[in-house]
Amino acid sequence: MCSTCGCGSGEVSIEGEARDHARLHAAGAHHSHGPEHQTAHALAHGETYEACSLEGDFAPAHAHGPGLEPARMLRIEQDILAKNDRYAALNRSFLVERGIFALNLVSSPGAGKTALLVRTIRALGDRTPLCVIEGDQQTSHDADRIRASGARAVQINTGKGCHLDAHMVGHALDQLDPPRQGILMIENVGNLVCPAAFDLGEAHKVVVLSVTEGEDKPLKYPDMFRRASLMLLNKIDLLPYLEFDLGRCVANAHRTNPDLVIIGVSAVTGEGIPQWLDWLAQGAQGARAAGCALAQAELPLERSRIE
Amino acid sequence: MHEMALAEEVLRIVQDAARREGFARVRALWLEIGQLSSVEPEALRFCFDAVARDSVAAGARLKFVVAAGSAWCNACSEPIALAALGDACPRCGGYRLRVTGGTQMRVQQLEAE
Repeated sequence: MCSTCGCGSGEVSIEGEARDHARLHAAGAHHSHGPEHQTAHALAHGETYEACSLEGDFAPAHAHGPGLEPARMLRIEQDILAKNDRYAALNRSFLVERGIFALNLVSSPGAGKTALLVRTIRALGDRTPLCVIEGDQQTSHDADRIRASGARAVQINTGKGCHLDAHMVGHALDQLDPPRQGILMIENVGNLVCPAAFDLGEAHKVVVLSVTEGEDKPLKYPDMFRRASLMLLNKIDLLPYLEFDLGRCVANAHRTNPDLVIIGVSAVTGEGIPQWLDWLAQGAQGARAAGCALAQAELPLERSRIE
Repeated sequence: MHEMALAEEVLRIVQDAARREGFARVRALWLEIGQLSSVEPEALRFCFDAVARDSVAAGARLKFVVAAGSAWCNACSEPIALAALGDACPRCGGYRLRVTGGTQMRVQQLEAE
């Protein structure tokens, strides 16, 4: 863990290098890390902080008496994920200002996220710049595959971590320097549980479900499917070989999330990819427009990463 | 599991408070966890006990205040109570639901020495 800012597990590396926080802090830091560097007056919205005695249904009376240390109740009222949400907000501001359409790709391991990305990169060609932040526990295999298909990528290795968080993604954004008005894909660690809780600053979560996983996944993992805007149902070329009930899968997905857009795709045959590219194009156009509107409004957005 | 990351964040929040308020030990800690949140309370308790060892919160009693889940049923056009993701509307039995509350995970208060 970084002893200056207390962040990171020490096992997280980006592009094979442990985050050199000592150097960043010594250099005056192009990012800072939350409330330990802020005064009480500068706490962000949502972080009330009173040090006062509390009376309430669940607050025990002050303990006084022989042999007992006096106790005091302190009201904290702070979201557990407040720090991650702050980093996510910084990431989001950065991406919006650059007019970048950012997606957080989630799935169980082996659903085909990387294969879909490779297919997408090749299909897009030079039309829209696309770059990738890859997340895995170990290896740079996925980032290597992305680069071989013609897009820039930065690999985050979480070590024993089970999800990407906004702080890691912030570091990766610094390194990747994604081009304006392009698309950013963040391929999360393969895991349908843990990544759901961690906002990375993306515009949307896209959940990839492959037909080999069964129709029940949206019911078994409701939190993730509820938070996604789009479901890519991958490997549809295998349907003739499976007893997979497509109608039931769609019904289950809509039972968990009535607003979920669903596109059936195959990274191998290319089926459904044009519809996926249309969805991407619409989103990218919206992000570009938002970035332009921001520039025209001349809002004083911080381009640096310092809070 | 992600409860470890959450437990580390809870500890960091407690340690920040300890530095500001100048207390040396936490006796008890109240966490408000929504019924529809992304955390399993007992897993969080397990992880917190592990990360809090040798800290100002070592041995602190962890207390969970459960916040009720709620949703808007598009079919009934009414707010409903929702105890778990995947439950149906108690009125119409349908699933056209939009979660409106009960997803929070907060450090509410602590008892310090």
